[in-house]
Amino acid sequence: MTITPAYYLTVAALLFTIGAVGLLIRRNTLVMFMCVELMLNAVNLTFVAFAKALNDVGGQVIVFFTLVVAASEVAVGLAIIVAIFRRRPDATADDVDLLKG
Amino acid sequence: VTPVLFFAFSAIVLGGAFGVILARNPVHSALFLVVSLIAVAGFFLMLDADLVAVVQIIVYASAIVVLFLFVIMLLGVDRRESFEEPHRLQRPMAFGLGVLLVVEVLVLAGRHWVTGEHSTRGALNDPAGGNVHNLAARLFTDFIWPFEITAVLLVIAVVGSVVLARRSNQSPDATPTPNDVPSAERG
Repeated sequence: MTITPAYYLTVAALLFTIGAVGLLIRRNTLVMFMCVELMLNAVNLTFVAFAKALNDVGGQVIVFFTLVVAASEVAVGLAIIVAIFRRRPDATADDVDLLKG
Repeated sequence: VTPVLFFAFSAIVLGGAFGVILARNPVHSALFLVVSLIAVAGFFLMLDADLVAVVQIIVYASAIVVLFLFVIMLLGVDRRESFEEPHRLQRPMAFGLGVLLVVEVLVLAGRHWVTGEHSTRGALNDPAGGNVHNLAARLFTDFIWPFEITAVLLVIAVVGSVVLARRSNQSPDATPTPNDVPSAERG
């Protein structure tokens, strides 16, 4: 059997779904961030699979930009989490539903 | 060999992802995330994306996860989390929406997943260079403007996280620099 790009897209779809469900069912903000990383990785996998299918290097270049955006997002997000936890040590995502601190 | 590798990596990726969302301890979640990310790097290697695979391991599996673990340790939240859900409907709805999402994406992925022009940005395996040479050539010619914007984005992220993570009870006026007028005299 040969592995066609559809196989990779299926795995990416499952990975994205697991990340999305995790984002909905977890209340720990750090774990929710990890679920966002899973979803970003699923998208990266899709880009690379399409790059292979279309024999086009552009899909791999986009992955670099996704990586940069993911890195910035993690840096800023973790800074926000640190700021929240400094004020309320037991905060979960449900406790910070107001913009006011 | 390729199908065996593919299914092995698939099992590791999906198993690691389930570990991330099901582990009660955030540290275990982070370690499962590393497992999943490294297996995705294996996928990248199978898809002729050598440089992307290496960058995935260096940036994602090392730097980002280390940042996660660092924050977990810094905040001291490495204890078990209760899985009690205050909203009764949230968990069944999450699973329902997840099933809906996977069906939807699979329907989309199952047909017309490769249409359009081939190799508009250059072929993957240019005999002249190889993957790294090829990617770098695209990145510094066609994609130079997005590349510069990502540099600006990284600077914004660094400045933003420094501003956010600064202690909130320590206002900028509290530590006057030598050439700064103390806030009391400013009136």
